[in-house]
Amino acid sequence: MAQEERTTQSIFTDVEDRTSSEEINKWERTTRLWRETLREHWGLLTDELSVKLSMLVVALFVLVAIFAPWIATNPPLQRQYQTEDGILIAKWVEPSILGGNSEYILGTTAQGFDIFSQLVYGTRAALLVGLIAAVFTAGIGTMVGLVAGYYGGTVDDALMRIVDFLYGMPLLPTVIILVALLGPSLWNIILAVIILQWRATARVIRSQALSLRERPFVKAAQVAGASDWHIISRHLAPNVLPLSFLYGSFAIAWAILTEAGVSFIGLGDPNTVSWGTMLQASRAYSALQFGAWWWFVPPGVCIGLLVISGFLIGRGYEEITNPKLQ
Amino acid sequence: MGKASFVIRRILQLGVTFWAVGTVLFFMFRLMPGDPTSFIISPQMTPEAREQVIASYGLDEPLYVQYVKFLQNALTLDFGQSFQAKAPVQEVIMTYLPNTLVLMLTAFAIAYFFGITLGVLSGWYRGSRFERSTVITALVARSVPSFWVGLMVLWVFGAGFGVIPMSGMSGLGSDTQSFWQMVFSVDFLRHLAAPALVLAYYFMGYPLLIMRSSMLEVLSEDFVDVCRAKGLKERTIMFRHAARNALLPIVTAAAIALGYAVGGSVLIETVFAWPGIGREMVRAVLRRDFPVAQGTFMVLAATIIILNFVADLVYGYLDPRVTYD
Repeated sequence: MAQEERTTQSIFTDVEDRTSSEEINKWERTTRLWRETLREHWGLLTDELSVKLSMLVVALFVLVAIFAPWIATNPPLQRQYQTEDGILIAKWVEPSILGGNSEYILGTTAQGFDIFSQLVYGTRAALLVGLIAAVFTAGIGTMVGLVAGYYGGTVDDALMRIVDFLYGMPLLPTVIILVALLGPSLWNIILAVIILQWRATARVIRSQALSLRERPFVKAAQVAGASDWHIISRHLAPNVLPLSFLYGSFAIAWAILTEAGVSFIGLGDPNTVSWGTMLQASRAYSALQFGAWWWFVPPGVCIGLLVISGFLIGRGYEEITNPKLQ
Repeated sequence: MGKASFVIRRILQLGVTFWAVGTVLFFMFRLMPGDPTSFIISPQMTPEAREQVIASYGLDEPLYVQYVKFLQNALTLDFGQSFQAKAPVQEVIMTYLPNTLVLMLTAFAIAYFFGITLGVLSGWYRGSRFERSTVITALVARSVPSFWVGLMVLWVFGAGFGVIPMSGMSGLGSDTQSFWQMVFSVDFLRHLAAPALVLAYYFMGYPLLIMRSSMLEVLSEDFVDVCRAKGLKERTIMFRHAARNALLPIVTAAAIALGYAVGGSVLIETVFAWPGIGREMVRAVLRRDFPVAQGTFMVLAATIIILNFVADLVYGYLDPRVTYD
């Protein structure tokens, strides 16, 4: 008798595991599922050396941004010295890494600001612009795309005409005009970027939603009486999530590039330091002609490093979401 | 749906898009905080003179009358008078647009020649170190801001070696009789080289990556094996047979990219002080010359809209497999 029981147990162990796991509550199951998916994605991502390096670079920039007040040697917008007449400072201090006789690692700007500290604080502006713009671009784009793709018909037509219209607007000129009209501040730059950038995400997510809504599991949910909102949020959204992440990571890169460009033109926020405003100042004071490369080379290198890391991580992720590319 | 009805529908759509862009532009400028007249009227003017100026720009009429007038004028490509230059906006556009086109088309030709060639090669030699390095180069070209690359070029070759001029389109001493005479002068080419090459480097990544993935797709098709079986030379297969079939996506991508390139001319023109339409738009925005800002913006938007339209039509023409539904 006892022997029999043991054999049945051993045959149905896997089933019994399942039944026992039913006692786990819903949240635990969801988090376990998420953890497994994330671990799998993480493993695929970090498979490639370039992606690993990119993540390292981004992590470094994030650390610099968080600990900016402790890393920077001076407040970024505080004049370090004054001339006799008190207003105009024509000449900068040479950087100490080049043997300049000063305490400033990268010297100072012609306005008397510490370049190294500006560079450190510029990281904050770049990451702020990139992350906020990316979250909203991906969020709005995904919502619009899902609604358009799921409902189809007039709703789809109306939303896609808006997207078509946005595609007719040149990115940088539109952002420039919007920022000029709203006033030069970091928030207005972010807002202008969001207004234009969600168009790409919306288009891609919509086409995905169009094919998803014909799948049996959506039909089954409809027959079971699930509300539209329930289907969109529980059945469609999880399926397009990797794609919105992907477009979000590209949006980070575009937002940083756009901010740098707008600031460089002279519409940057006068009260915050960004890499773009640093480049604009160096140009305004003809640092090029004087060969003061420690002023205009580092911000460009930082922008390039951060943006290319974003693109490489995005590409790595693209290979996961679209195995054909591998 | 047939091809004719597709074209008609697309033309109607084109008209609606133009109307939408114009409308948004009009209300954006009119509803902004601040009085546009304050930038053209000096405080010393007498009230009569002030009213005269306001009336001459039509700024005293109600908003909807201004809007209807704006649309009517836009249909005849009339964007009003520049506040600053005292010349019609049309004239301003006509002086700056050719300069932008020369710069962009030169850069585009260079970029697409090298981009396509490198794309074909990197698709052919898939998995090699050459392929990896071209893809990385293309990514770098798209990631590093082009205006900063322009600054570096100006610093190294302009300020350092003194081989390229620091700004502008022509030297001080040169006399410009006609546009085409100027374009073919040595002085002009010296000015053109740096911005065109920097732009070409920036544009190159896009055709390279598209061509590469298109080649990968074509190379898996049967006719490539047939060519091999016939004993054709590798290079003949690569350029004569595979590349020609892979070229299709490039054509439409190029039309669309050219539109965005003209729209994105703002930064490089600013860096090199190239008197083009993008730089003029920025200057108009900064000094609040609204008619010029509106007009130049419309030109940039129109380039994108029209080239998108062209890309749609050309695609159907080049690829008979396309169906219209």
